Amino acid sequence: MPLVEFTPNLARQTSAEACRVEGSTVGESLQAVFAKQPGLRSYVLDDQGAVRHHVVVFVDGTAVKDRRTLSDAVRADSEIFIMQALSGG
Amino acid sequence: MSTTLHLGTRKGHFAIEKNGSGWRVARSSFLGVQVPMLLPDARDNKLYAAVEHGHFGTKMHVSSDGGATWEERACPAYPSKPEGTPDILCPMRQTPIPWNLEKIWSLEAGGADEPGVLWCGTIPGGLFKSTDGGATWNLVESLWNRPERAKWFGGGYDWPGIHSICVDPRNSKRVVLAISCGGVWETLDGGETWDRYGKGLFADFMPPGEEEDLDGQDPHRIDACVSDPDTVWMQHHCGIFRSKDGGRTWQRFENGNPAVFGFAVAVHPQKPETAWFVPGVKDDMRVPVNGALCVMRTQDDGKTFEPLRKGLPQEHAYHLIYRHCLDVTPDGRTLAMGSTTGSVWLSEDGGESWTRLSAELPPVFSVRFEKAGP
Repeated sequence: MPLVEFTPNLARQTSAEACRVEGSTVGESLQAVFAKQPGLRSYVLDDQGAVRHHVVVFVDGTAVKDRRTLSDAVRADSEIFIMQALSGG
Repeated sequence: MSTTLHLGTRKGHFAIEKNGSGWRVARSSFLGVQVPMLLPDARDNKLYAAVEHGHFGTKMHVSSDGGATWEERACPAYPSKPEGTPDILCPMRQTPIPWNLEKIWSLEAGGADEPGVLWCGTIPGGLFKSTDGGATWNLVESLWNRPERAKWFGGGYDWPGIHSICVDPRNSKRVVLAISCGGVWETLDGGETWDRYGKGLFADFMPPGEEEDLDGQDPHRIDACVSDPDTVWMQHHCGIFRSKDGGRTWQRFENGNPAVFGFAVAVHPQKPETAWFVPGVKDDMRVPVNGALCVMRTQDDGKTFEPLRKGLPQEHAYHLIYRHCLDVTPDGRTLAMGSTTGSVWLSEDGGESWTRLSAELPPVFSVRFEKAGP
């Protein structure tokens, strides 16, 4: 089960606890996280379900390619890390 | 008289209270985070705050104790864009208008007879309505789907936005709103249907022949008189206008002293012939005329405008008062304004004289008095 972790800056704003979830893509994994922590969704994704402009999702150290439909694959032992982009915000 | 003033700023919410020794900053909330808009709801004394995180988007919070404690509420969100819906392109830049909440730019309570109704104007131009005190929000699709939206464009920001929402105290179903840039709109049925108005408005910046196009108008801010809601004053990008018929037709005033450019306007709640503005040098400068800050007032329905300077800095003062940063209490006596450079002034004599409460605050985005309930 992939491990999903969050920047501490996000945890200061809302419940954002690291957790292991079922999922074979970034999208499936995040939806599983949001099922447990529903208040977190709008902090990570925009109104249309894409990754927010100033948020970055890393899988095993690489930024995901598909920020709109979150289709990047994850392995059972992947680490997914949600951080704020250094581009602005 | 109101004794609490709420400020939304670049770095959080600040409550300013009056006690025996005068007005002072009493507390802050959301320190470090933008608070573009606040709403003290006189109907139930709730305080709403739009909290805009640089990375994590806008959230809505509500307080039942004047901002001492807060809880997060639902935030207006655009519904999923229907598959196959073509993008609307900004008419100026030919780039797609987003289907996402970019900024909460206005927040108003519904009528006294509509407990729980809230209106929220946003960038990129969507209006949202809640009927349950902000527990849920719905995009007002009757306005969002108007074909005229394709002609709206950004004024203060990259995308068009609804910055002024006036609920008629005589009839809560009648709401007049203003869009920068997109003109003046009215609903008579609580948001089911809309008409756009604005005869007499004039946008000098448009190409020749297009200056009177209703969709190309850039009202910076409108405010309706509480006791005479048919009187609406407008600070427009191209000057000062006033309507006597609820926003349908407008008269232009070119006799501002010292200028007719600005962002903010406040109308006396009982005297429709009295309104305050904060003039500046148009429009690429946006600083006080000659570096001397003043508030400009008319008390004779626009026949004359007078600058009010007592207590305001008159040398090398480069404060800009944004459109939501001038407010007046229901008695028309106490005014407050906040600037882009973090100063806040208060007047307790209708604007004749001003006292600076602080020069140390973050840039101010929203200034609102708590107003007594019905």
